[in-house]
Amino acid sequence: MAGSQWELPPELCCRPMAFVALTGLDVVYNAVHRAIWDAFCANRRADRVPISFKVLPGDHEYPKCRTKRTSYEWYIPKGILKTGWMNKHLNLVPALVVLFYELDWDDPQWKEKQSECATKVEIVRTSLQGRNTKVAVVLIQKKTPLPPGEDLVASERASALCNSCDLSGKSLFVLPHTDHLVGYIIRLENAFYEHAQTYYYTEIRRVKSHKEFLNKTTHQLLFVRHQFKMAFLSELKQDTQNALKYYRAAYSLVHELRAHETNMLEIKTMAGFINYKICRLCFQHNTPLDAIAQFRKHIDLCKKKIGSAELAYEHSAWMSKQFQSFGELFDEAIKLGLTAIQTQNPGFYYQQAACYSQDRKQMAQQLCQAGMTYPSPDPLDTQSGGLDFYGQRPWRQGHQSIDPTDPEKEKMGILALQIKETDVPHSELIIALLSNAVAQFKKYKCPRMKSHLMVQMGEEYYHAKDYTKALKLLDYVMCDYRTERWWPLLTAILTTALRCAYLMASVKDYVIYCMELLGRASTLKEEQKSRIEKNLFKVLMNKVPEAEAECDPASVSAARSLWTDRMALSGSNEVMVDMQDYIPFIQCKARFQSPSFHVDQPIQLQVFLRADCPHPVSFSKLTVSLSNQEYNQWCVAESSGQDSMTLLPGKARCYDFSFVAKTEDVGKKVEMTGVEMMLGSDSGRCVFLSWRGAGGDAASTQEALQASRSSRRWGRGAEARQEPDWDSLTLQHSTMIISRVPKIRVQLCHQPPALTNEMYCISLSVQSQEEDVARDVKLTAGLKPGQEAGLGQSTHVTLDGSSVCDDNAPALLTDVPLGDLKPGEKLEKCVYMKCVSTGPRVFLFHVAYSIDTAVEGRHIVCKCHKVESPYVAGKTCMCVCVCVCVCVQFEPLERVAVDIPFLLMTDVVSSSPCPLLLSSSCLQLQTITSNTPQLQSQLQQVVLQTGECASECFCLRCPPGTSSSNTVATGQYVISWRRKSSGADSPLIQTTVSLPHVILESVPLYVYADLPSFGRVRESLPVRYHIENRTAQVQEVEIAVDPSDAFMFSGLKQPQGRQPDDASIAAA
Amino acid sequence: MAVCIAVIAKENYPLYIRSVPSQNELKFHYTVHTSLDVVEEKVSAVGKSLADQRELYLGLLYPTEDYKVYGYVTNSKVKFVIVVDSSNTSLRDNEIRSMFRKLHNSFTDVMCNPFYNPGDPILSKAFNGIVSGMMVQTS
Repeated sequence: MAGSQWELPPELCCRPMAFVALTGLDVVYNAVHRAIWDAFCANRRADRVPISFKVLPGDHEYPKCRTKRTSYEWYIPKGILKTGWMNKHLNLVPALVVLFYELDWDDPQWKEKQSECATKVEIVRTSLQGRNTKVAVVLIQKKTPLPPGEDLVASERASALCNSCDLSGKSLFVLPHTDHLVGYIIRLENAFYEHAQTYYYTEIRRVKSHKEFLNKTTHQLLFVRHQFKMAFLSELKQDTQNALKYYRAAYSLVHELRAHETNMLEIKTMAGFINYKICRLCFQHNTPLDAIAQFRKHIDLCKKKIGSAELAYEHSAWMSKQFQSFGELFDEAIKLGLTAIQTQNPGFYYQQAACYSQDRKQMAQQLCQAGMTYPSPDPLDTQSGGLDFYGQRPWRQGHQSIDPTDPEKEKMGILALQIKETDVPHSELIIALLSNAVAQFKKYKCPRMKSHLMVQMGEEYYHAKDYTKALKLLDYVMCDYRTERWWPLLTAILTTALRCAYLMASVKDYVIYCMELLGRASTLKEEQKSRIEKNLFKVLMNKVPEAEAECDPASVSAARSLWTDRMALSGSNEVMVDMQDYIPFIQCKARFQSPSFHVDQPIQLQVFLRADCPHPVSFSKLTVSLSNQEYNQWCVAESSGQDSMTLLPGKARCYDFSFVAKTEDVGKKVEMTGVEMMLGSDSGRCVFLSWRGAGGDAASTQEALQASRSSRRWGRGAEARQEPDWDSLTLQHSTMIISRVPKIRVQLCHQPPALTNEMYCISLSVQSQEEDVARDVKLTAGLKPGQEAGLGQSTHVTLDGSSVCDDNAPALLTDVPLGDLKPGEKLEKCVYMKCVSTGPRVFLFHVAYSIDTAVEGRHIVCKCHKVESPYVAGKTCMCVCVCVCVCVQFEPLERVAVDIPFLLMTDVVSSSPCPLLLSSSCLQLQTITSNTPQLQSQLQQVVLQTGECASECFCLRCPPGTSSSNTVATGQYVISWRRKSSGADSPLIQTTVSLPHVILESVPLYVYADLPSFGRVRESLPVRYHIENRTAQVQEVEIAVDPSDAFMFSGLKQPQGRQPDDASIAAA
Repeated sequence: MAVCIAVIAKENYPLYIRSVPSQNELKFHYTVHTSLDVVEEKVSAVGKSLADQRELYLGLLYPTEDYKVYGYVTNSKVKFVIVVDSSNTSLRDNEIRSMFRKLHNSFTDVMCNPFYNPGDPILSKAFNGIVSGMMVQTS
């Protein structure tokens, strides 16, 4: 790939690890060797030492070491860093060569084996001629070794082997092939690692020692090279701190180099490499701020080093790569646990990389003319197939003077590079970088930045002629800008989108973008709008629209033929566009005139339309769809012939519709489900603009809000204006259909309060004010549902007022037919209700009827009803009876003696606000009997006013034989009453009061006197005392009479006698 | 001096935006728009600590390769954004602050105008004049 020129070499990007070569292992055929090799390479986790192992044959040829220079005096370096150097030290020149050899200490052919081993070591040594690479020998043994010092043979033979191989004792290892292979291997590799460290240490020392031979005039390049080498070797040694130090030194040295056009690329390449290493190490050391600072410094230093003007795009490509690789490093560090923030995340670097790639593309387009023939012979061809030094030109490698050697060659080279550049898929690179950036910004909560980058991606797709993808991206972000109300940005995006739609001849998209670009959110100039509108009309007439400005001419001609094909295609020339999601050039606001309509009124509906485009728009049809589709037929406006419907720019136009609701829909809501407008005609192409609900679009809510805040609304001119203020027009998308207003008079007449148990009469009069016969008049009367729970049981309603209703009567009478009602006729009805308990109640009287009526020439049957809910005030308890038992002396009694007459008095107090007529009263006695034959009630026909009291007295006696010292229920007192105002035929209400219980007692002796009602002076007054014995035995009685001063006394003063049971003694 | 000055409504749509005519106007619009990400983040962070609420100046929002973007939020959540050229190193933080203060004062005057409807684009000549004074003068 042509872009790979800018990729960083993999050996630079990897983590350098000490290179150890293993020889003498036959990993293919020898199972033991295979197991050893596997133990070395498998499971190389972070806790194992960083070594890269390689199995090499024993006679492997290592890269030859060039003869060491003793003096740099006449040496002129040809470049900074050889391209092969890093790879050489990573993969070719080992720090340590380990020779594996199977040999047990007690091997019978020890001598032979020892010399064979020595030969092998010698072979390795020879091929490493001149290198400082260490050699070590590992003896693979079958037996477990004895602890050191115990096996004398072993130590003796080991030293012999060391001698013959010319090895130090530290370089000879034993690997028993037993169970603990991995453990031995880990110990071995730790030992190898130490050897490798020593090797790299000496290498660093060696490179450092060159320094004294260098002079600043001719060997500047070598300063950089040596610092870089030391840094890289330090990295191999895992000494990252020193590596960083050396790299930093190298970085400052690289910028001290004399830069000119011929070596600019080399300097930048090396600076980029070193910078990469520094940033990488900084992130590794967890000092991200150092990395960022270094990168900023790097960019600031290199930004202006453009180099050759003909290849200026190379600089942008290089810059882009710098940002990209830093972004990648940053991202990698984040994956390893670094935390980034919103304002400092890899996304910014990817974005900048994309930005430079865009520059590169632009410059490449300017600099690289197409149609040039590629020069021959190929100046970019090198004999080796690659470059010797990083960042040099293939046609003048190793050349370090200021002027190019051969101007002709230089020209050819540049031309070749330019031609190569034209093949680079710039857009692809840019899009890849942008999408990386998008992913980052998404992560760091930058939705707007993300949108912006997606716009750029869309534009890049547009440039790459991938219009489908472009539109997909642009469409996606458009709505963000629309909701954020950034009109200039929206317009810019729409313009690009329109071009895409044009170039791919997508009719629907084209129409949509045209409409939005013509709308009020577009910031385009009037003449552009005018052009777009003309194009839109062309499409509607099934003609090919004019090309969009700034389109590539080649694409335009392709698009034109696409359009022609599309237009020729019959059918599918209807386009539906949902307007709610856009800010289209026609605004629509629909409303019902009122939030509710009576069923006998026509429902009125207005659709306001306004065009924001520069030219008048005519359309052929306007329809409103409603939730009940049967009404839709009434809400269609169609242009008929000449009379086309036209919207003038900036003027609102109102279309009125009206229809009659169906009687079934009474109580239901009618909603607008959509407004649809047809642009174009059937002969050409029709576009249906459809608004959900009652119109409005993506911006109208905010506009309405803004209008409501506006002072203009209340301004002086508000009334004077002819047209309604568009922004303050509100949508009314639904209306209620309510029943016709009844033309009847319902009157209720009653006299509150209702009294308990009373048959309370409410008289209802219904008078028709209709002009026609009201049919099927029905009455629903009773307790209004939904009140306190117990009220239903304690309230009874009936139409029959002649008798007191029982508890089975319902609380609500429903649909009592009242017949028909002629115009002006009056109907009366009494409803009775009985309340068993006190408390307030709300009653309901509902009169319904149906009537024929005509609305706009249509006959409909309307159902009307009228509701009255009287409030029956908390009914008062109508009367209270107080009953007291009294003795003959009218003193209250606590106990009643058996078989002795006593008096019962009742007081009836009226607490009713209206006079009550007591018709009768009676006692219903239980144990006790009346002492007198039942007389007529003393309270008959008594009228009680409020607060008045009526008393009655009864003489009672408890019959003998009732068990004494017991409480006994006396009985009940029943009063029949009615309101004085009610008619004679109204039923009497019986109120029953339980009489108090009395305590009985029996008396042994009953004494009573017979006194004449009067006496005369000086005449004798006979007094007869009766003494009755109520016991079963004969009683002895002694009577003493105390005379009074007013009387003279005659008769026995102190009679004495036996009192037989139940005999009476009379005394005079 | 500034290369772009913008006033953004509480709902994040632009009330006023002006940039130096010599450069791509759209690019500044995008720059200001994207800076709102940072503004929102900063404003929501400020909400958490009540003590900081008085500080309206948000400081440097984010540096791009070419520009520095500074932000300021009024108590009614109207945002001011000033974009300065990165190469312009003479501008100190204090100067940016005073620019914002000036802008805020002028904006307050606009709001005090009984004929201005809050939320409408700012068309005031006086405000425009103040902004012009703060912009880079291009001849």
